[in-house]
Amino acid sequence: MATISVGLRHKRRKERLRNLAFLSPWLIGVSVFFLYPLISTIYFSFMKYDGFTPPVWTGLKNWRYVFTDYPFFWPALRNTLWLVIIMVSLRVVFGLGIGMLITKVKTGAGFFRTAFYLPYLAPPVAATMAFAFLLNPGTGPVNNILGSIGLPQPGWFNDPAWSKPALTLLALWGIGDLMVIFMASLLDVPQEQYEAASLDGASWWQRFRFVTLPNISPIVLFAVVTGVIQTMQYYTQPLVAGKVASGIIGGSGQQFEPGYPEKSTLTLPQLVYHLGFQRFDTGGASVIALVLFVLAMVFTGLLMRRGSGFLATDD
Amino acid sequence: MSTLTSPRTETPPAAPGLTAAGREARRTKFLHWVAVHSLAIAAALFFVLPFVFVFLTALMSDQQALTRDLWPDAFHWENLRTVWETPGFLTWWKNTLLYAGLGTALTLLSSIPVAYALARFKFRGRNVALMLVISTMMLPPQVIIVPMYLFWAKELHLSGTLWPLIIPMAFTDAFSIFLLRQFLLTIPKDYVDAAKVDGCGDFRALGRIILPMAKPAIAAVALFQFFYCWNDYFGPQIYASENAAAWTLSYGLESFKGAHHTNWNLTMAATLLVMAPVIILFFFAQKAFIEGVTLTGVKG
Repeated sequence: MATISVGLRHKRRKERLRNLAFLSPWLIGVSVFFLYPLISTIYFSFMKYDGFTPPVWTGLKNWRYVFTDYPFFWPALRNTLWLVIIMVSLRVVFGLGIGMLITKVKTGAGFFRTAFYLPYLAPPVAATMAFAFLLNPGTGPVNNILGSIGLPQPGWFNDPAWSKPALTLLALWGIGDLMVIFMASLLDVPQEQYEAASLDGASWWQRFRFVTLPNISPIVLFAVVTGVIQTMQYYTQPLVAGKVASGIIGGSGQQFEPGYPEKSTLTLPQLVYHLGFQRFDTGGASVIALVLFVLAMVFTGLLMRRGSGFLATDD
Repeated sequence: MSTLTSPRTETPPAAPGLTAAGREARRTKFLHWVAVHSLAIAAALFFVLPFVFVFLTALMSDQQALTRDLWPDAFHWENLRTVWETPGFLTWWKNTLLYAGLGTALTLLSSIPVAYALARFKFRGRNVALMLVISTMMLPPQVIIVPMYLFWAKELHLSGTLWPLIIPMAFTDAFSIFLLRQFLLTIPKDYVDAAKVDGCGDFRALGRIILPMAKPAIAAVALFQFFYCWNDYFGPQIYASENAAAWTLSYGLESFKGAHHTNWNLTMAATLLVMAPVIILFFFAQKAFIEGVTLTGVKG
């Protein structure tokens, strides 16, 4: 009896060591590059710290400043809401439409798939530069063509009313990721269900509504929630678009005030950079970072609560 | 529009004597084909034309690039050479390759064992660990940037280099862990159990049996990570902006626009040169890439 339990304990210990060995790179990584900076950010949100003189406790002053006096915070939040409602839903609808289209194409399917997917791969800075050129009000090809067929020529990235629609166009151009995900899930819908629906005389809308949609609804939800999370991280495209359109670009970018034109392209991540790295206001930047953290975690929680295979195990 | 959701059925071989109903069915089928492919062509124009306009403008002369012309009078291929020979461009290129290459290698090396442990080993706190992985995967990098910058710049004096971006990859990457784990779950356990009966240890089983079977997932993770580094703008902006010798292509491209303010032709030529490598890489590894995208969403 005794020898068995000793043997078992020995085996357990060996297993624990093995687990530790496999997991150690992650344990170090998550502690040094996630938990430590997160706690430190909470700490700095209550401090006045410019990076040079020692930090001083100021209580809720940074929080009050960001929510009441910092002129960029609410515009950034409003823009985020706009992007969540309009850009994310348009991306999901367009992605689903393109995914459905590509499953129907018989001739040249390989060509179309590649053509639809490629823009997703364009590096964000390069893609934004390309769109800043295509949509520039002076010589850009898009306004050129719009003008020649007698349509109005918006100012796009130079007009506060059009800058977010221009960013939305850029986001729709890079729809490749959603297209592939929708394509795969559409091909998984059992064909018998379509055949049964057709025998019952269902129209295409009824087939879509009662066969396609119920089958792919988990993927639609996945696309919406990850889209919202991506919006919380939306940084490079609005920043570069604003810089290029305003003409204020320098190597260090210190002099550029984000949001051009008129704060219409401000997003929360840009505020972390603006406060922390342009104004050396570590405390204010930490407050924004925590707001961003809470928002991102709320939607990540939604994603995990979905209960499907995200957290599934094999036992 | 009924074509959009109609089931995919094979075209039946045309019977020799077609009835009127059969002709009618063939006519409908043909109209479906026309509708679907017209839509596809319209969509293709939306996706391809931006590349075409960028390409055409990149080859214009300086004077013509200031006009509203769409087609170059003469093709100035030397614009690409001019960009390539711009001081710094080659350095940015090398830096980007170093960041992306080394970053990808370190990510794979550190993340594979962790993914395997999360997929296969039973231990207390495994679900908590998994939730932490997913949380860090969804975390905007800006959330932790202030203390991280202070850590790398003030404690380790590594600002002005790309090391603050490369070193953390030796300590795993959440997205890579997640994607690899999703794939490893699909490999039947029996393979490893059989190897263990033959006296194979866990590390050996992972290296000899699991890794060869997980090649598609590893290829996808490698590609994603390579692209992530290649495209990264925020990281180099934070850590490398103060030192032009450490810039990457994504970061340098923007300053290129600053230096060639009015010359859309040279800026577009530079844009093309930054896009080209990722697109070429995609054509070589198309299959692995598409598999990876579906793995993140559908199997999840």
